[in-house]
Amino acid sequence: MLKIVVCVKAVPDPKEAHKIKIDPATKILTRSDVPFVLNLVDKNAMEAALQLKEQLDAHITILSMGPPPADNIVKECLALGADQGFLLSDRAFGGADAYATAYTLAKGIEKIGPYDVVLCGMASSDGSTEWVGPEMATFLKIPVVTRVNEIVEYDGEWWKVKAGLENGYRLVRVKLPAVFTVTRDLNTPRSLTFSGIIKARKKEITQWGIDELAVPEESAGQKGSPTIISNLATIDSKRTVEIITGTREEKAEQLVQKLADTGLI
Amino acid sequence: MKKQPGSVWVIAEQIDCRILDVSLQLIAHARKLAIELETSVEAVLLGDKMNEQTRQLFAAGADRVYLGNAPDLAHYQPEIYTEIIVKLAKERQPEIVLIGSTSMGRELAPLVAARLGTGLTAHCIDLVLDENKILESIIPAYGGLLSIICPEKRPQMATIAAGVFPKPEMDENRTGEIIALEVPDDIPRRIQTLEIIREKPQGVSFESAPIVVAGGAGAGDLEGWRKIADLAETLNAALGATRPAVDEGWAELETMVGQSGKIVSPELYIGVGLSGELQHMVGIVGAKVMVAINNDAKSPVFEQVDYGVVDDCREFVPVLINKIKEYQEKLVTC
Ligand SMILES: Cc1cc2nc3c(=O)[nH]c(=O)nc-3n(C[C@H](O)[C@H](O)[C@H](O)COP(=O)(O)OP(=O)(O)OC[C@H]3O[C@@H](n4cnc5c(N)ncnc54)[C@H](O)[C@@H]3O)c2cc1C
Ligand SMILES: Nc1ncnc2c1ncn2[C@@H]1O[C@H](COP(=O)(O)O)[C@@H](O)[C@H]1O
Repeated sequence: MLKIVVCVKAVPDPKEAHKIKIDPATKILTRSDVPFVLNLVDKNAMEAALQLKEQLDAHITILSMGPPPADNIVKECLALGADQGFLLSDRAFGGADAYATAYTLAKGIEKIGPYDVVLCGMASSDGSTEWVGPEMATFLKIPVVTRVNEIVEYDGEWWKVKAGLENGYRLVRVKLPAVFTVTRDLNTPRSLTFSGIIKARKKEITQWGIDELAVPEESAGQKGSPTIISNLATIDSKRTVEIITGTREEKAEQLVQKLADTGLI
Repeated sequence: MKKQPGSVWVIAEQIDCRILDVSLQLIAHARKLAIELETSVEAVLLGDKMNEQTRQLFAAGADRVYLGNAPDLAHYQPEIYTEIIVKLAKERQPEIVLIGSTSMGRELAPLVAARLGTGLTAHCIDLVLDENKILESIIPAYGGLLSIICPEKRPQMATIAAGVFPKPEMDENRTGEIIALEVPDDIPRRIQTLEIIREKPQGVSFESAPIVVAGGAGAGDLEGWRKIADLAETLNAALGATRPAVDEGWAELETMVGQSGKIVSPELYIGVGLSGELQHMVGIVGAKVMVAINNDAKSPVFEQVDYGVVDDCREFVPVLINKIKEYQEKLVTC
């Protein structure tokens, strides 16, 4: 049986994330009540797992590290068809950078047991580093292919995948177990169904904290993060705008004149 | 006695034996950091038959080049590249390691950083040294600029997009030392690259275009997006996108402009149906003239441009295209 782990992250809803601001005086995040959603490209990782399960004898485990409300996105993946879910949640995990996140997730995967394939999204919408997949692979001592946009061959121990490059791709053979980070070009994620939601009610989510994972305190969360935020500044490189007014035709005409003045059109 | 800091490294990247511009930009910036740190600039270059190209690295500001020349290194191979760089870094103890934010760099940098047990930053728009000579990565976030540092672990690592730092002045008379690297023979071979395909990019490239038209969520749908694309075509401009436009599937990831996408320096920028969010705007560097078209007069984008039109872009853009065409025809006839 092909054992798949899908790593999914709860991120502030990108549609409202701009409301989160740092107060320059107090250096505290305002509006941190923006709801959490499943990171967009993680849905493609989830979809890839579901499609593999339709083709092969496979078992899908969901893994997420985050605060207790991240429970919801794990549930969402169970409703989509995953078999079991784990949430790594502990105050001690807070403030983790990509390095500490990857380390903790790797510890989680090791504790879950044998696995063949770990699927991640290419990037999270809030961190957006693309580091977590490769760093996790390093901690697990297995190969990684990032930016996968097609799984070409998936039977047997060696898989063949296409991975995105600037203006092209590379065709890669890789030996399992391996980590793959996927792009939005890989597939079109399916939607939740009512029956899926009903079935997911019976599936349980296991929550592990720092003690269950046996992660040393100095390796978790902010303490385990090599990078820290040291300073915060505001920007004021503003320009003075001239708003062009009139009817639609007049506005267009005036704008063309302004553009013509630049000598570029 | 104070310990002499290690060098500032740049992992140079080549594609088909051509050194990428971003690598040269980083070497020139590394030179500035190295002067402040009183240390040297070293480049690592992996490829095949790359002796000639080391000259460019010296001309851009490198003092020393670690050169790996082997058929196995001709293209990026994650396991071999990681192994060589990690081994060398453990030996030489660089203070700082900079890598271009390309598809290779975005994979190689975390592989190296995790093996070295150190921190790595992404998407910075500047790299400076603080009063303790610690590297600060300046990153736009939450409506401000964050400084991220890696206070204890070494090396301090960062990936940087092309265009964040300017084109270096090349001093063709500069030379330096070349140190040959060997390919270690105990490398796991669990990843094999069978083929690398590069297609000619479509449309007008950001590098050459004096005008960039960028579209955002305000396009509404694919039809609205096509109108913005038409505007770009009419102006012979490069077409950029905000992240929501990419997420909606209207635009390719490679056309995303901003902190985690392309950094562009056009002479004229026209932002259509976008809110002027910092993470997008930091992608436009040094534009002479900036224009925004947005249906919300209160949109923050209007605080960041020279000319603004408050209108529904789906209605306004086709009218604008017609006016531009009329103007262009007039130019031809007189
Ligand atoms: C770590 C991180 C990295 C990021 N990197 C990038 C990046 O590299 N590039 C990037 O672009 N974003 C990036 N983002 C996202 C960024 O923060 C913003 O969410 C994004 O730039 C907003 O895009 P937008 O302006 O198209 O959408 P919105 O903010 O939703 O704005 C849409 C605008 O369109 C206007 N509008 C609506 N309808 C119409 C109409 N019919 N006619 C005219 N105007 C209309 C609205 O008034 C609004 O101002 C990043 C975010 C994070 C957290
Ligand atoms: N806290 C987390 N829990 C589970 N998966 C994560 C977490 N953070 C990142 N990931 C995974 O790593 C991918 C890349 O994230 P990032 O490196 O933050 O851009 C995401 O798409 C997820 O698949």
